[in-house]
Amino acid sequence: MLKTFPKGGVHPHENKLTSSKAIKKLPIPKFVYVPVSQHIGIPSTIVVERKEKVEIGQVIAKSGGYVSSNIHSPVAGTVTKLDKIIDSSGYKKQCIVIRTDAKNSSNYKEVEFPLKEKIELSPGEILQQITDCGIVGLGGATFPSHVKLIIKEDKKIDYLIINGVECEPYLTADHRLMLEKANEIIVGIKILMSALHVKKVVIGIENNKKDAVAVFKKLLDKKDGIQIAALRVKYPQGSEKQLIKAILKREVPKNGLPLDVGVIVHNVGTVFAIYEAVQYNKPLVERVVTVTGKKLKNPSNYWVKIGTPVKDLIAEVGGLPEGTRKIVNGGPMMGVAIKNTDIPVTKGTSGILVISEEEASRKRVENCIRCGECVFVCPMGLEPFLLMNLSEKGHYDRASIEDITTCIECGSCSYVCPSNRPLLDYIRFGKNIVKKLETVKN
Amino acid sequence: MSIPSIIISASPHVHSDRTSKKIMYDVVIALIPAFLVSLYVFGIGALIITSVAVISCLLFEYLIQKYLLKTSATISDGSALITGILLGFNLPSSLPIWMIIVGSLVAIGIAKLSFGGLGFNIFNPALVGRVFLLISFPVQMTMWPTPLDNQTSISDAVTGATPLGIIKEGLMFGDTMTKISTKIPSIIEMLLGVTGGSLGEMSALALIFGGLFLIVRKVISWHIPVVMITTMILITGIFWMIDPQQYANPLIHILSGGAILGAFFMATDLVTSPMSKKGMVIFAIGIGLITVVIRLFGSYPEGVSFAIIIMNAFVPLINSYFKPRRFGNKIRSKIM
Repeated sequence: MLKTFPKGGVHPHENKLTSSKAIKKLPIPKFVYVPVSQHIGIPSTIVVERKEKVEIGQVIAKSGGYVSSNIHSPVAGTVTKLDKIIDSSGYKKQCIVIRTDAKNSSNYKEVEFPLKEKIELSPGEILQQITDCGIVGLGGATFPSHVKLIIKEDKKIDYLIINGVECEPYLTADHRLMLEKANEIIVGIKILMSALHVKKVVIGIENNKKDAVAVFKKLLDKKDGIQIAALRVKYPQGSEKQLIKAILKREVPKNGLPLDVGVIVHNVGTVFAIYEAVQYNKPLVERVVTVTGKKLKNPSNYWVKIGTPVKDLIAEVGGLPEGTRKIVNGGPMMGVAIKNTDIPVTKGTSGILVISEEEASRKRVENCIRCGECVFVCPMGLEPFLLMNLSEKGHYDRASIEDITTCIECGSCSYVCPSNRPLLDYIRFGKNIVKKLETVKN
Repeated sequence: MSIPSIIISASPHVHSDRTSKKIMYDVVIALIPAFLVSLYVFGIGALIITSVAVISCLLFEYLIQKYLLKTSATISDGSALITGILLGFNLPSSLPIWMIIVGSLVAIGIAKLSFGGLGFNIFNPALVGRVFLLISFPVQMTMWPTPLDNQTSISDAVTGATPLGIIKEGLMFGDTMTKISTKIPSIIEMLLGVTGGSLGEMSALALIFGGLFLIVRKVISWHIPVVMITTMILITGIFWMIDPQQYANPLIHILSGGAILGAFFMATDLVTSPMSKKGMVIFAIGIGLITVVIRLFGSYPEGVSFAIIIMNAFVPLINSYFKPRRFGNKIRSKIM
């Protein structure tokens, strides 16, 4: 029996259309639009001026605080504007616009770094390097990675979990990266092991990626202390809490962190970025993005410079197909629908999903038939039907008692509801209000 | 670049292909084997009773929604169809047509629509209809045509009591079970359905078959039927072991008197059953217990309908007491 988390979960159609498509390099765009708020936490402070020349990897916005991150120029070029543009959240955000140099884009040759296995830096230097290079969690949450590496005295970490689950349908960015950069990822893991002083590591991979499991099994020595866990395919297994439960049977306490059960989780993409940062001093200026959709001519995976507009990616796969009705930044379960294709790729963009007419619109909302399916699929043990009712009617005190704030917004409830009720919409709404009310109270 | 008529909505952007309609029609399909058995046993009468119940349920729902409530009619969602079939299945095949129509009106008008329609009713509509008829017309509702060979219509039917009725009466007159058991059908006959009783409760085998279909299709979970039947077996079993001359064999209890129909199709009604697995177990134990108490100590020989309706009333309470365990909460969440 393959491991998985015990409570709840759904299994949507996987639709991994691009799992056999090797990662290609996207041509450098003419302009990049780099938002200064690409991570969870305080936005970075801009340190360049208009008309200033910038080099690849130069810091253009400095970390704005403890939970924040540096942002680097993804290209060589000239800053043309410091402007507010709409990002995937739908709000206008401060952004640095850089015109790439003509020579940069024509002669541009990506340096292929050879595998470098020897770790020369000390744990302290590793931490500094990860902070300086602006590494954030690439699984989607974009939590600054260095924060996760600073562990208070009273906490003891015994396991590092590497998240290669990629439970979102359609997305294959992590899958391809694991296949193509397995050696580098293993070095990255060893870097983290040395920085965290952890002896035991488990790489969690869902069993629809048998090839990735096999690659790691072949490369790993028993003595390294790194294990592979093939997991039963179930959404949302990529969620930190569910993954820890699946692999180690440990349950992160309510409102707690993985640290509370002695675990740190990093995504495979992040581990690869950490490898490049530590071994080659390469800041986080590009990432793997899956561009996919059933009607696309040639869906594929790309190395994309941060700040590249989505339209460049779509042009690369053959343009928007007839009848496109929705474009999603991320996967179909947790991604954000975007308004237009000018929106730039950021550190958290794992995929661009193009959805056509048939699947884009929601079906008619009907009465709740109290089938309880939302309760059975909720991985957090909540009662979505009840939380929706409470939010709808404005009973926020009661919603708070019913643990509305522990919702991870995985969307399993809305996905499964036979009456097409917008459960997560209301829960999200109520959750935000409850959180605000709680801050006011404190 | 803006895209014309682009849709912005919150995640998730995909939906499972489960719909309320599909669930309802799965239930209808699951009832087909039992219906075929009742056709075979009661002949054309079964068809008449069921169609009258179905048509009047659909019609009342349409008329009330259109002219009284002035809302859009929802008869196509399949729920009134199921209420109709289940009501028909719970009636003796000799019941006068007008009584069926009255029963349908009570089921749809009072038990369902006056509570707010699909999803808002507290009690199972079909059972409310049946219980209303049972209390209002006790004579007609307990006249059971016994199936005979070569019988083609209701009028030919010889009326007789159900197995549980025979047992109850026998015990009241001081007979022992050994003597009574010669008058009631064998276990095999009950399994196949050649006994007296309501239309749909005839063949335990056909009902179990339909019930398994629902479990496989994930329309219902196994919890309610299995726990309810186990509870009945346990309690009647204890009494039977204490005094086999005064109490019937547990197998007789579960194979007759609508226990199987109730367990798989009535108690599992999505709207009126609890929403957590723990709640379902409590609910099912309650039904099993009340059924047995009514059968052994009450004045009705059966009792599944009453038991389910009584437990329906407890569902809101069960829902708020038996919550799923919250992730990361070592102690069960606070009882509200």
